[in-house]
Amino acid sequence: MDFLSTILDILLSAAFWTAVLRIATPYVLGTLGELVCERAGVLNLGIEGIMTLGAMAGWMAVYQGADLWTGVLAAAACGALLGLLHAALTVPLGLSQHVTGIGVTLLGTSLSYFVYRLVLPQASTPPTVEPFQPLALPGALAQTPLTYLAFLLVAVVAYVLYRTPVGLAVRMVGENPAAAEAQGLNVTAIRIGAVVAGSALMALAGAFLTLSAFNAFFFNMVNGRGWICIALVVFASWRPGKALLGALLFAVFDALQLRLQQASGGVLPYQLFLMMPYLLSILALVLVARRASYPRALMIPYRKGER
Amino acid sequence: MRLEPRTDTPLALRLLAPVGAVVAALALCALLVAWTGAPVLRAYGLLFEGAVGSRFALTETLTRATPLILTGLAAAVAFRAKLWNIGAEGQLYMGALAAVVVGGGMLDLAAWALIPVVMIAGMAAGGVTLLGPAMLKVRFGVDEVVTTLLLNFVVLLLVSLLLEGALKDPMGMGWPQSAPVAEAAELPKLVARTRLHAGLAIALGLSVLLWLIDTRTIWGYENRAVGANPRAAAFAGMPVTRVMLRTALLSGGLAGLAGAAEVCGLKGYLTLDLSPGFGYSGIVVAMLAQLHPIGVVGAALFIAGIFVGADAMSRAMPVPNYIADVLVATSLLCMLVAGLLARYRLRRG
Repeated sequence: MDFLSTILDILLSAAFWTAVLRIATPYVLGTLGELVCERAGVLNLGIEGIMTLGAMAGWMAVYQGADLWTGVLAAAACGALLGLLHAALTVPLGLSQHVTGIGVTLLGTSLSYFVYRLVLPQASTPPTVEPFQPLALPGALAQTPLTYLAFLLVAVVAYVLYRTPVGLAVRMVGENPAAAEAQGLNVTAIRIGAVVAGSALMALAGAFLTLSAFNAFFFNMVNGRGWICIALVVFASWRPGKALLGALLFAVFDALQLRLQQASGGVLPYQLFLMMPYLLSILALVLVARRASYPRALMIPYRKGER
Repeated sequence: MRLEPRTDTPLALRLLAPVGAVVAALALCALLVAWTGAPVLRAYGLLFEGAVGSRFALTETLTRATPLILTGLAAAVAFRAKLWNIGAEGQLYMGALAAVVVGGGMLDLAAWALIPVVMIAGMAAGGVTLLGPAMLKVRFGVDEVVTTLLLNFVVLLLVSLLLEGALKDPMGMGWPQSAPVAEAAELPKLVARTRLHAGLAIALGLSVLLWLIDTRTIWGYENRAVGANPRAAAFAGMPVTRVMLRTALLSGGLAGLAGAAEVCGLKGYLTLDLSPGFGYSGIVVAMLAQLHPIGVVGAALFIAGIFVGADAMSRAMPVPNYIADVLVATSLLCMLVAGLLARYRLRRG
């Protein structure tokens, strides 16, 4: 009973739900970004590196004197550039999306560390910037602007995907590129566009970490969040609304394990709690794998005239 | 312009592809070096010197290449069968964990018996770690890329848990490190007064063995067939599931062996910084080698040289040693393009 009442206490506190929304934000943005790429038929395993570069670039811009929103834009631009690289290699050249994605992740991560060390050769304690402050909107838990933006973007992406010609084109090249081509659509251009846009969203997730959740850049700070987003996309059946739900559910568990870790007072090793997000993601994949409805052309390169 | 598949790729082209990729990567990263303000040629000169310029440098490069050959083989074997094992980092740590448990004095054996037992324990631990995601793949259709990636984080936390708990060295001054392995479990040195150990001989032997298995046995034939076209292989009566699981055990085992060899040959005990990403670099090694077991040796030597050389170079110049990681990542992407150019030809129109 004691355990249950502890959980109940946690679930009934406003601070808990504020934390849930904060924890969910990078997952919402990252999952949306991956979803846009995969809906167009391109798996983007570069997400982990793109998030790292976004985190570093956004923070670095602000550290060098830019204002916070310029930092966010800088992050998005860097993410879009890495996305363009991934798209250039996987779409017109049709290279393995798995291996290219891993390459983009290695490049994004190493470039971030290289630039950070170059600018700050001897920073033993990471220097900080003044991050986004929580903003109280009427009838909502106080959050930073990037969290509001993330939730707004879910609606925008859902609207664009399901209610506009552009969205229809993106879904079509992910399901049946040959049919899209027959309709006069440029499959290559649409796929590249989707990957670039999706990658910019992933970089926003990274920028949230350094400009909102924390105020500094650390090595390994993304810490597998990108890979978790990839699991969340599958869990969400490639739907933006479900992606939001998945990210929130995930954040509830994550916030809960943090609170329980404090409440347990060191009876259980803290590493067990930290493992939960990763194990939970694997469990989620196992649960939905059987009935997952992949975009039909996911991971299949398209070359004009080839069948 | 369009791409047209070549009917067959000449050997010269297959050998030229990685060389071209590496040259392209060096040229691209020269821009980064130039951006730091350091003289590019001098920087690369120092890198080369730091990697192979002295007896010490050479043995350091060979020492660093040892785990890279093994994780490179792990990736090559798996990718051949289209099993996307991105979890070699975790499997390596599981192998290291098994090595400190089994080699930590619980068995009182002579070196000739203990070393094989410890190495096999490391392989088993690594293999079983990959068997899980492989089973989820064949049983439930769960994508192994994400599961193996996520398991890397779980394994690191498990190692951290054990190093602060059950396996913590009581003499370790409070550092999270394991007690050292028994003296009989230590791999002998290949060259006196260097860090080069017998793990290199094991790695080299295994790459030849895997090449022989690949080209001379039914096993190797089945692996290649399943990788090329699983449905055709199944139609031809090959046990596709069994081949997948066998490949997983082998691939994970090789990565686990890398961890066990690092513990018993180099460090003597286990810490959380045993591997600076050997599992991920192994993927680059395998791709540069075009998944060929013998090619893996050359590619691993190159990558090891980059890491060792960059460390030396960054001590003399204001170029962060992360340049090595950028070079490795760039080499991988360049290799993908070079491989494409080797397999296709560019046609006008």
